Amino acid sequence: MALYVLRRLVSTIAVMAMVGIFIFLLLRLAPGDPAAIIAGDTATPEMIANIREKLGLNEPLPVQFAHWAHSILSGNLGISIFTGRPVLELISQRLEPTISLAILTMILSVTIGVTFGILAAWRAGGLVDRTLTALATLGFSVPVFVVGFFLIYFFAIRTRWLPVQGYQPIDHGFGPWLVQLILPTMTLALVYVALIARMTRASMLEVLSEDYMRTAAAKGVSSYSMLFHHALKNAGVPILTVIGLSFAYLISGVVITETVFNIPGVGRLVVDAINNRDYPVIQGVLILASGMYVLINLAVDLAYTLIDPRIRY
Amino acid sequence: MQMQKLAGNDVLLDVRDLETHFYGEESVTRALGGISFQVRSGETLGVVGESGCGKSVTALSILRLLPKLTARTVGGEIRFHGRDLLKLSPREMRQIRGNRIAMIFQEPMTSLNPVYTVGHQIAEAVQIHTKASRSDAMAKAREMLRLVRIADPERRVNNYPHEMSGGMRQRAMIAMALACSPELLIADEPTTALDVTIQAQILRLIVDLKEHTGTAVMFITHDLGVVAETCQRVIVMYAGRIAEQASVTDLFARPAHPYTQGLMRSVPDRRHGRQRRLPEIPGIVPSLREPIVGCSFAPRCPFAIGICREKTPTLRDIGPGHAAACFRAEEVMGG
Repeated sequence: MALYVLRRLVSTIAVMAMVGIFIFLLLRLAPGDPAAIIAGDTATPEMIANIREKLGLNEPLPVQFAHWAHSILSGNLGISIFTGRPVLELISQRLEPTISLAILTMILSVTIGVTFGILAAWRAGGLVDRTLTALATLGFSVPVFVVGFFLIYFFAIRTRWLPVQGYQPIDHGFGPWLVQLILPTMTLALVYVALIARMTRASMLEVLSEDYMRTAAAKGVSSYSMLFHHALKNAGVPILTVIGLSFAYLISGVVITETVFNIPGVGRLVVDAINNRDYPVIQGVLILASGMYVLINLAVDLAYTLIDPRIRY
Repeated sequence: MQMQKLAGNDVLLDVRDLETHFYGEESVTRALGGISFQVRSGETLGVVGESGCGKSVTALSILRLLPKLTARTVGGEIRFHGRDLLKLSPREMRQIRGNRIAMIFQEPMTSLNPVYTVGHQIAEAVQIHTKASRSDAMAKAREMLRLVRIADPERRVNNYPHEMSGGMRQRAMIAMALACSPELLIADEPTTALDVTIQAQILRLIVDLKEHTGTAVMFITHDLGVVAETCQRVIVMYAGRIAEQASVTDLFARPAHPYTQGLMRSVPDRRHGRQRRLPEIPGIVPSLREPIVGCSFAPRCPFAIGICREKTPTLRDIGPGHAAACFRAEEVMGG
């Protein structure tokens, strides 16, 4: 087990190196000259050349990459071209809203999605099941910004139950923080609820017809315990996989939701950085995000062993 | 075990006119066409027949474990100590299952939950039906594993099913079923999926435990040899009905239903060194999707006469404790 974790961490280094090269090249090969953007509309060619020189953009690509990789490895994600501030500082300022939104979304998606999926499988073809299918289709097909505006219209503008937009840091109080995040969380969670519920339903249906479920019934196990202990643990591996993937994909969902609800998070930071061709910021966020992704995958793989004793590394 | 139950003549389970149907897309399969039989406390009753004759459906109907969406018991009574199980609430039924009536299944490889230890699964049965604490229940699990002769129960109690062989898993299933000292154990082909050498051991174990605990056993099998070794009374089933009911001695000495005779002829005789080609019963089991006119065995029966194709024979007494559903039972019995 320890050996497996070590091997996975070593292979993570290789993965991250590939990711690094890819991120670097992707941005260099994209059209648009950051120097021209920084210099502004009225800049002379000399000013632009000057800025290019200062940023090292005239060096050959491998040299640029070597410089960049070196500074990343020493913990320095670089300086934002646009704001002149360290990238790490920019990201960490924006981290709290994004992580808050991501965690709340996952809690909501997992509890509702798994519960819905179990109930749908329990009475397959019944009312809960058919409602779930309809909701899941809705969740998959309606874009996040439509759902967001719809929720804002009803819960914020019409009824005035919840605030329209914005964010309150958690150290201003848990209540205001939570209230501000309810609508964005619901918006973002819809698609993940649908995804997790569908996977839970499919996985549970398979397990419910297994011989050992009949054995459990013959023992006098209650319906609740049949579903939530005997079946759920067996159905857990595919559900956990989807949860892990969802968490990783949240990063992309967060961008739109943060824009709709005007939340100053990492998603908005990236959108602004892309508009401004702020390479160091884009690269920094992408590197951190892919690192997260790899770590979540590792955590999910390790969590399998907690659920299924037949899985050993 | 806490209680020594003696074999007596009191009726433990009294099944009357039990009818179970399976519902398909467009058809209804009459899996049980009204069967009646009794299990007395402490006895071993064999239930024999070909695949699809309704043996397992009978067992699942008794415990009300039929697949909810596709099957339903549509008629009859299942009286256990005089109370009709079909009228119990789900909660009352759960208090019977695993506690007073327990069941073991054909497939030991898939009948245990792969993600819980064997000890946990045995202890769970104990905790559901008694007020035992977790540690007492685990102690009971170890005791049960010892009782079913699993070596090193202290270690095995923490094993997962995949760490055990098929024979050992069936022993664990038996341990689980007997953990609450049930009055009736339904064993649905418990040895069919096992190696021949292991089969004999498991049979021996069930017979020994039955004698030790006094539990009545309903032994479902397609193997008449197993019946001869383990049971006192037998019911022979064919196409969802009881063809013949007798003590083991009577059944083997004077089989009164042509189907029983056919079954006996197709059992390999182990006493003859050289095996002759086994005779088989010609024809196929009728479909239970359409109502059957006359005796369901008539198309395959060497004794069939006109009346057999027109009227359905009912089970009738042809001797003390011996009944057959055949118009010509006396002639059949006479050879």
